[in-house]
Amino acid sequence: MPNPFSERKRALDFLKALRQSVGKKKSAAQQNITCKHCKAEHELSALADAMYVCSQCGAHLYIPAKERLLKLFDGGQFEERFTEIAPRDVLGFPGYSKKLAEQVSRSGLSEACLCVTGKIGGFGAVCAAIDIKFMMGSMGTAVGEKITLAAELAQSERLPLIIFSAGGGARMQEGIYSLMQMIKTSAAIRRFSDAGGLFISYVTNPTTGGITASFASLGDIIIAEPGALFGFAGPRVIEQTIGEKLPEGFQRSEFQLEHGFVDAIVPRKEMRATLARLLMLHSGGAAL
Amino acid sequence: MKKQIPAYERVKMARDAKRPGALEYIAAICGDFFEVHGDRAYGDDGAVICGIGKLELPDSRELAVSVAATCRGRTIEERVRRNFGMAQPDGYRKLQRCLAQAVKFRRPLITFIDTPGAYPGKSAEERGQGMAIAECLYQMSAAPIPIITVVIGEGGSGGAIALGVADRIIMLENAVLSVLSAEGFASILWKDASRAAEASEVMKLTAADLLEHKIADFVIEEPEGGASETPEVVIGRVRDRVRSELGDLLRLSEAQLLERRYQKYRVIGK
Repeated sequence: MPNPFSERKRALDFLKALRQSVGKKKSAAQQNITCKHCKAEHELSALADAMYVCSQCGAHLYIPAKERLLKLFDGGQFEERFTEIAPRDVLGFPGYSKKLAEQVSRSGLSEACLCVTGKIGGFGAVCAAIDIKFMMGSMGTAVGEKITLAAELAQSERLPLIIFSAGGGARMQEGIYSLMQMIKTSAAIRRFSDAGGLFISYVTNPTTGGITASFASLGDIIIAEPGALFGFAGPRVIEQTIGEKLPEGFQRSEFQLEHGFVDAIVPRKEMRATLARLLMLHSGGAAL
Repeated sequence: MKKQIPAYERVKMARDAKRPGALEYIAAICGDFFEVHGDRAYGDDGAVICGIGKLELPDSRELAVSVAATCRGRTIEERVRRNFGMAQPDGYRKLQRCLAQAVKFRRPLITFIDTPGAYPGKSAEERGQGMAIAECLYQMSAAPIPIITVVIGEGGSGGAIALGVADRIIMLENAVLSVLSAEGFASILWKDASRAAEASEVMKLTAADLLEHKIADFVIEEPEGGASETPEVVIGRVRDRVRSELGDLLRLSEAQLLERRYQKYRVIGK
């Protein structure tokens, strides 16, 4: 049953968090980031210039979704879409509204999914990107809705669709609603595909659970970033429930390429050129 | 009065070894059931049962249907053979094969869900567990045949909904459907699997909850003691409901069926 007081409280918390996040402009450039693979220290600004790829060991570290899109689109120009879609406490789950407000203030994001339109190498595209900084990129209803809207927009505008996947799967606090987003997004991708649309699934670290078992696995072309974890049951789940020890590199991009589940592993610095090339190869085709 | 049963009690009832499994429902609903085996690529997954049978409609017409189900098994030997109802990619690919034939021969598809979830193991990952499940969702969402899903026991996570893209979702009163097991949920959120009973309450996983949230379309009541104690009654109710729902769905055109199925899921969390 919807409680008007908790609804109101949620809205107020949300606004408060949003205000705080805007006010907080940290001197980010001075911050140092340690590569979790080789322990090399990087100045944040230098790392950002290198698209968050470690200059020492080549590890592809976390890149904020927005920064990725700035590097991807022509002249860093894109239009953000569906900004009105915000997360909701669909089950009235204890503590979730507060948690959402904290996540908004901590991440500076309104949800884990960003949806934009713009041009890549002169070719128009609809693009969605999941940012794991918000609730670990889990697929709540707002994420499912944005992915679905992105597919529907791509279909109505006759544009290709690119989705940068990440995230640990379901949003526990949204329970069954979260689970059902797997069906909703897969059905939307199917409709888009039946209409002749090109969908490039771009898998980034880590992509698991319900995101792997829905849209991330349904691309006409599936690209993965080097070293990205891409699997259904995560390594910890497998080790805890089945007790199996997993070999080094299990479920990583290179493993998935070898097992036939991805088309190519593309280093981040080649992302833009690779996508522009694929869009070019699909232009002037059948329906789109 | 039955509403007072705590959610975790229902979870336990859903998992009860004495509860009728998919094979019993299939035997009662479909005459001449012919089971098919294998995914034609790797092997035959005992956790997923697929086949063809005859079903009698409310107007006494007989109709061939395809059937797919997850099955945990009753005896220990059968449970081991069926991997406790946890399907591997081969099981989901067997389902896809069954679905493709249902579309080809214009047979409705009836699915039964009873699984703790997809098998979370090394072999499953090596053969593309996530992709196998995604492909089920992708194919079922656009299959131009009536699809009815009955959740008869536990419906755990993505491994369950891989059989659950349907025009009608029917749940037994003591069946559950959830994003994760109550134990898994408690251990992820609260780092304490022993709080499963508490988790069950907030997860909204019972049939009554799912009906209220418009995920399930119908709930079939179970007599006192549940399906384990009165299997014939419950199986009979499921048979009647499947027949009458199928009768209704067969009146829709393919376009209507697909549009309604799309909208059924499209509105969830909109």
